[in-house]
Amino acid sequence: MEHVTEQTHTPDHDAAHHVNKHVKGYVFVGGLLLFCTALTVALSYVNFGTQKANIVVAMVLATFKVSCVGAIFMHLKSEKWTIYRVLLITAVFALGLFLLTALAFHDPIRLNY
Amino acid sequence: MEIPYTVSARPDTGLYNAKIGIWLFLASEVMLFGGLFSGYVFLRIGAQPGYWPHGLLNVPVGTFNTAVLIASSVTVVLAWASLKMRQFAQYKIWMGITILCGLLFLIVKLTYEWPAKFHHFGAYIKKESLAKYEPYLGNNYLAEKGLPERVEITGDLEDEASLKDESAKTYVFKELDAVNAEPTNPESDRPTFWPRPLVEKRVVIDKADVDYASMFYPRHSAYFSAYFLITGLHGLHVLGGLIVFTYFWLPVGANMYKRNPEHLANRIEVAGLFWHFVDLVWIFVFPLFYLL
Amino acid sequence: METSTAIHSHGPHDPHGHGGHEDHHELGFWQKYVFSTDHKMIGIQYGITGLCFLFFGFCLMMVMRWQLAYPGQVLPVVGPLLARIIRNDGMNSGGVPGVMTADFYNSLGAMHGTIMVFLGIVPIAFAAFGNYVVPLQIGAPDMTFPKINMASFHSFWVGGVIMLLSFFSPTGPAKSGWTSYSPLADLADQGAGVIFNGQTMWILGMVFLITSSLLGAVNFITTIIQLRAPGMTWMRMPFFCWVQLITAFILLLAFPPLEAASFMQLMDRVFGTSFFLPHGLTMGNHLVNAAGGGSPLLWQHLFWFLAHPEVYVLILPGLGIIAEVLTNNTRRPLWGYKAAVYAAMGIGFLSFIVWAHHMYLTGMGAAVSTFFQTTTIMISVPSVIILTCLLLSLWGGSIRFTVPMLFATAFLPEFGIGGLTGIPLAFNSTDLYLHDTYYIIAHFHYIVAPGTIFAIFAGVYYWFPKASGRMMNEFWGKVHFWGTLVCMNIVFFPMFLQGMAGMHRRGFDGGATYDLAKPVIHWNTTISHAAWLMGLFQLPFIFNFFWSMKFGKKVGNNPWNATTLEWSAPSPPPHGNFTEPVAIYRGPYEYSVPGHNVDFIPQADPQGPRTDAGAHGH
Repeated sequence: MEHVTEQTHTPDHDAAHHVNKHVKGYVFVGGLLLFCTALTVALSYVNFGTQKANIVVAMVLATFKVSCVGAIFMHLKSEKWTIYRVLLITAVFALGLFLLTALAFHDPIRLNY
Repeated sequence: MEIPYTVSARPDTGLYNAKIGIWLFLASEVMLFGGLFSGYVFLRIGAQPGYWPHGLLNVPVGTFNTAVLIASSVTVVLAWASLKMRQFAQYKIWMGITILCGLLFLIVKLTYEWPAKFHHFGAYIKKESLAKYEPYLGNNYLAEKGLPERVEITGDLEDEASLKDESAKTYVFKELDAVNAEPTNPESDRPTFWPRPLVEKRVVIDKADVDYASMFYPRHSAYFSAYFLITGLHGLHVLGGLIVFTYFWLPVGANMYKRNPEHLANRIEVAGLFWHFVDLVWIFVFPLFYLL
Repeated sequence: METSTAIHSHGPHDPHGHGGHEDHHELGFWQKYVFSTDHKMIGIQYGITGLCFLFFGFCLMMVMRWQLAYPGQVLPVVGPLLARIIRNDGMNSGGVPGVMTADFYNSLGAMHGTIMVFLGIVPIAFAAFGNYVVPLQIGAPDMTFPKINMASFHSFWVGGVIMLLSFFSPTGPAKSGWTSYSPLADLADQGAGVIFNGQTMWILGMVFLITSSLLGAVNFITTIIQLRAPGMTWMRMPFFCWVQLITAFILLLAFPPLEAASFMQLMDRVFGTSFFLPHGLTMGNHLVNAAGGGSPLLWQHLFWFLAHPEVYVLILPGLGIIAEVLTNNTRRPLWGYKAAVYAAMGIGFLSFIVWAHHMYLTGMGAAVSTFFQTTTIMISVPSVIILTCLLLSLWGGSIRFTVPMLFATAFLPEFGIGGLTGIPLAFNSTDLYLHDTYYIIAHFHYIVAPGTIFAIFAGVYYWFPKASGRMMNEFWGKVHFWGTLVCMNIVFFPMFLQGMAGMHRRGFDGGATYDLAKPVIHWNTTISHAAWLMGLFQLPFIFNFFWSMKFGKKVGNNPWNATTLEWSAPSPPPHGNFTEPVAIYRGPYEYSVPGHNVDFIPQADPQGPRTDAGAHGH
């Protein structure tokens, strides 16, 4: 059974105003993401020399899109340090998994040097 | 007995419980999809030349699905904003649209994308037999242009049931993909945005020349294994999110709103965070599988 | 000496209303014992279920030891019985009931490892003790997500049942080691297409167990961050809560890559994919019907990415329990509390970047193996720091050898042996020789068996009075202790000798095939006899456990005269745990504080006993 003890009206009111300002921002970012999607598709048909270069282009765009979703839709731009710490440690371990495995695949024992 | 900080924030952390909970869960999801994407990378790097296909997926449809998911990310955050501004009717509209978008995504995937793959067939030709199938592979032409060689012939089979026939010595195509029907056409050099129609051509391939052949099931290649696993798991996450959203769209949500509107706002915020993560994963999946 | 349970209201506003605001309706049997959302009931559920699985895993080992001591002979009584129960010829080798096949021996090995680790130790040390004790120690009414807590328990036992059911599959349970390496694990028992077989069920069971751990981890971390009572700062938290927090982080972040790999292996088996099957693989002299293009090493990397941090999951809660028991029974604070806490954090972090020391024999080059050797040696430092803190905590203590203390004291040298024998394994040069020998088995069993399991026993004897309001019998506790201690060492020490001779760890024939084992193979019978004797010595414990619930000596809140917060609550605590709001005034181990006439001051006690100096509590 919940009782409405926690919220008085003042924080609500502030929150409402606060949120209202952001609504336009959300729609704008949504449009930006759609544009970036189209851009990603278009650029994938442009020959940047090597396949690797195309991959880099697409991943840079994807990273930008992901940053927008994270920072603005997921409110990470103004989150608390507890959350930042959790995500930081996760990023370190995810990168560790990938990079160290890549290192292992890249560096096998070879008979001739 | 009530658990503290379920709705209001704890002063020193500035967070309510479910916010921490969902971010911790998302951290574990990052590791999960991180493990899957790592697998994708190592399988792709380690693939034999020609065995990692390109241009097999329908890009316009994939782009559409991506747009649908992005739209739903916008509408879910608008739904949350409506709740914070105590506009319940608006919340129901935005949440309803979110759910419809999610459903559309799944329907497109499960009724069109996946079945289309399951009815398509591909045969990898053995290295020593590649020359024999030059009319469908065009490797001399590709070598001249400095492009990687083709090793697979794809299309629709005359009779899919014949695959089960152990005694059959050939695969019989009734239609070939344009890339194999016109291998020396410059349009076939690279994948195109609009899918090219199949070309009617009856082609017989000896099983003895084939390294491995299969319908475009997960077993077909490391590429499809990774594709079906990652999009399948992603799809399950979409479904999970839809179930949660639907639960809060039903009268349960209205009741919670009446009791404590901030509580519902928090629940939707948390569910929304999950949904954004799902969108995030797709933002990487789409180029990695459809475009690159 | 009775302690003053002076806990009183605190703070201008209580976000959860005044304490004692409880549901007064009586819960039915199912709500109370099966679908409970109370962390204490869930802790007990995990504990009893986990102990049952632990015993089952122990029995699997006892059957294995028969084969090692008396290869090819009929296992009396139990053997023919098993032959009738299991569906294939696992215990019916050559048509003789009671004789084990090699495949079944491998199954026993794989399932013993899996069950002990995932169904025994983790559920008991982390989930059972954590669930029961942590909310009480931080002054919380329950976990932050009680329903998710319940879901995590049910996911656990479902996963366990799937694992048990795999014993009844036509081809027997998983037999590719607890490490489940591909391509063997991909292809063992018929290949792709069939679901009701041991290896596939192993994978399905693992998915449920991983889910259970993930849900539990989220709960633990959020609870410890959010529900610490007023005054319970981070550095006033009992060491046990710290290690549970770090363990939860390890579980949260290390398990998912194994889950990813499990899905891949499941697809390899059921859908015929080739995530881990390389091109051109042959089995039984013909080509495997798979596309190929996969990588067996990929499985190893993803598996060990979890499995190495997993071993720290196995030991950290144990270290926490030992710290609690040691401080209580030496009547001294934990020596170097801050160092121990930071060391535990260091272990948590480093544990994620050492995993490939399990893969030195996979052909890694100099750069990558140097990296992993370095990090592996680095991680021994914080481990030694914690052990040193525990050892130094004994110095100058008024040691009372209660049953928990016996186990806790024995833990120290045993864990020391286990840890130190890991040093040669950290270097690829020495590991080249010792890898996959009995040395490894001795090394990790010393850490987990007379290590963590002793910590578990200590914890059971220590917290049993809190959970039940009664003490376990001390005499039978001592019998249990001495018997187990002696047998443990007779079982595992000779394995170092066998391993150093080069005896392979997975040999179904007990090492007989290779001449190098000749000088050490005789130990097999000794070890087996000691293992069976150790089984007998668990019976007093099992009996004591259940008997004392009803007939043990009744006790009050704080029979051990302990300082941590759980001892300020009633025994057992009611729903909501504390009858009045809780606040913390001091550190967790205020034992023998100079200038006081009582040798302990509870954390929640605002004033502490009156001193000669007339000062307030410390």
